[in-house]
Amino acid sequence: MDSFFSTYLWPALIMVGHSLLTLVCLLVFIAFILLADRKVWANVQLRRGPNVVGPFGLFQSFADLLKFILKEPIIPAGANKVVFLLAPLVSVVLALATWAVVPLNDGWAVANINVGILYIFAISSLEVYGVIMAGWASNSKYPFLGALRSAAQMVSYEVSIGIVIVTVLLCVGSLNLQDIVYAQKTGLGTMIGLPNSFLDWHWLSLFPMFVVFFISGLAETNRPPFDLPEAESELVAGYMVEYSSAPYMMLMLSEYAAIMLICALTTILFLGGWLPPFDFWLINWVPGIVWFLIKVCMVFFGFAMAKAIVPRYRYDQLMRLGWKVFLPLSLGMLVIVAFVLKLTGWAG
Amino acid sequence: MGLHAVFFYLFAFVAVASAFMVIASRNPVHSVLFLILVFFNSAGLFLLTGAEFLAMLLLVVYIGAVAVLFLFVVMMLDIDFAEFRSGVLHYAPIGALVGIIVAAELILVVGGSVLSPQAAKSIAMPIPPVAERQNTAALGDVLYTHYVYFFEVAGLILLVAMIGAIVLTLRHRQNIKRQNIARQVARTPETGVEIVKVKSGQGL
Repeated sequence: MDSFFSTYLWPALIMVGHSLLTLVCLLVFIAFILLADRKVWANVQLRRGPNVVGPFGLFQSFADLLKFILKEPIIPAGANKVVFLLAPLVSVVLALATWAVVPLNDGWAVANINVGILYIFAISSLEVYGVIMAGWASNSKYPFLGALRSAAQMVSYEVSIGIVIVTVLLCVGSLNLQDIVYAQKTGLGTMIGLPNSFLDWHWLSLFPMFVVFFISGLAETNRPPFDLPEAESELVAGYMVEYSSAPYMMLMLSEYAAIMLICALTTILFLGGWLPPFDFWLINWVPGIVWFLIKVCMVFFGFAMAKAIVPRYRYDQLMRLGWKVFLPLSLGMLVIVAFVLKLTGWAG
Repeated sequence: MGLHAVFFYLFAFVAVASAFMVIASRNPVHSVLFLILVFFNSAGLFLLTGAEFLAMLLLVVYIGAVAVLFLFVVMMLDIDFAEFRSGVLHYAPIGALVGIIVAAELILVVGGSVLSPQAAKSIAMPIPPVAERQNTAALGDVLYTHYVYFFEVAGLILLVAMIGAIVLTLRHRQNIKRQNIARQVARTPETGVEIVKVKSGQGL
């Protein structure tokens, strides 16, 4: 009995506690990120944005949460009930499950697994199911069109995201997310005499891939300018049309969790994860999690500005960008990077 | 060990049960969803044996891409399954034959070491212990050295299939206005805009 406690129960309890802590912090973070998104959007359009609930409207997301939970969920008569309710659950579970392997600081991951990046890639490629299931189960035209658009869009952009990830992995030589961050301690910055600085990170040495990854990330998470599955001018709200109250909130939450994940992934792959930007005692003293969060917020600011500034793509232009521009570009860069690594012997 | 067995039976039971539901459920979309559940549980079984790379590849390739297209097609097609089902018994002998062949092959593969110890030993590379070498690296070692030609041939076959699919579906339609991005970007105010002085009351 004693061995059962020490081998199974105690580690399981620690894991549950760790997961819960990560989850709660993540959800609170997402609540404020949602507000930030609306505020940035409002400011670009010379509006004020949410400013009533709490100081500067800081608690707007929590008020929305309360409203979503207290409202009546409506299930359309023609809907496939099981799949209709399963869809938001699937999307929210998948979107949150990816966060299990994200290292927020040196050693701060719920599960530090060897194939971390593959795990994230695999689980985030499943997120399309939430959208397809929601669109199909609603038994309505606009949601179905939105779901079909989303399926083609997410599968297309996964290709270039996958190739960008492979390029980074070539430079690192490991699929472990922590190793990917460690590998960015040395790089171009060290070669030109600025060791341990932000010039070491992959964004500089793999700059074209950084841009491709950022834009593909926008498309993968259905963010504007690629939000065709929920383009309100054409499809009302796409696959979410028939959803209300808590199921709608779950779809929304999973979308933002996926966006945060892409931001975190950009940070880990290209912006050096928790590494400080300069080698200076005061900056080195700041804990890594702070740098990680600052970088995630910076990438998200990019996402929010793209939403506010760039007009929406047409569907054929979106497909052209994915297959005719990004795919050849990233494939070409992959070959070039592999050659450079082989010829110079920089590969780990 | 105990926990390992619990998870094995969990994954195996759900996999087999949902495999049965794939053929038993009335709605084709439900069938595909159950198929996804089968893939998911098989990935879990791979994880239990320590083949983490294969598990993730199963997720990425089969669930992330293949099953999405399945679902896509099944949702788009309007199949009358009642009509489809009426001839099921008619095809039962063929189905049984295929089933028997697959079962026999599975027995030969799994029981190979018992039936012929010699053949089982002829595997080109021994499997390195999990602790020494991560299985991503171990797979790469074998795939890109001993089996590199087979690997490339497999890639070529896929390429041929891909080109075939594109050739079959590509139709050049006449009388359609296409967007030429390069020409659009190369336009300047001089070529794009004509400034005309219009006398009032006359029009163009």
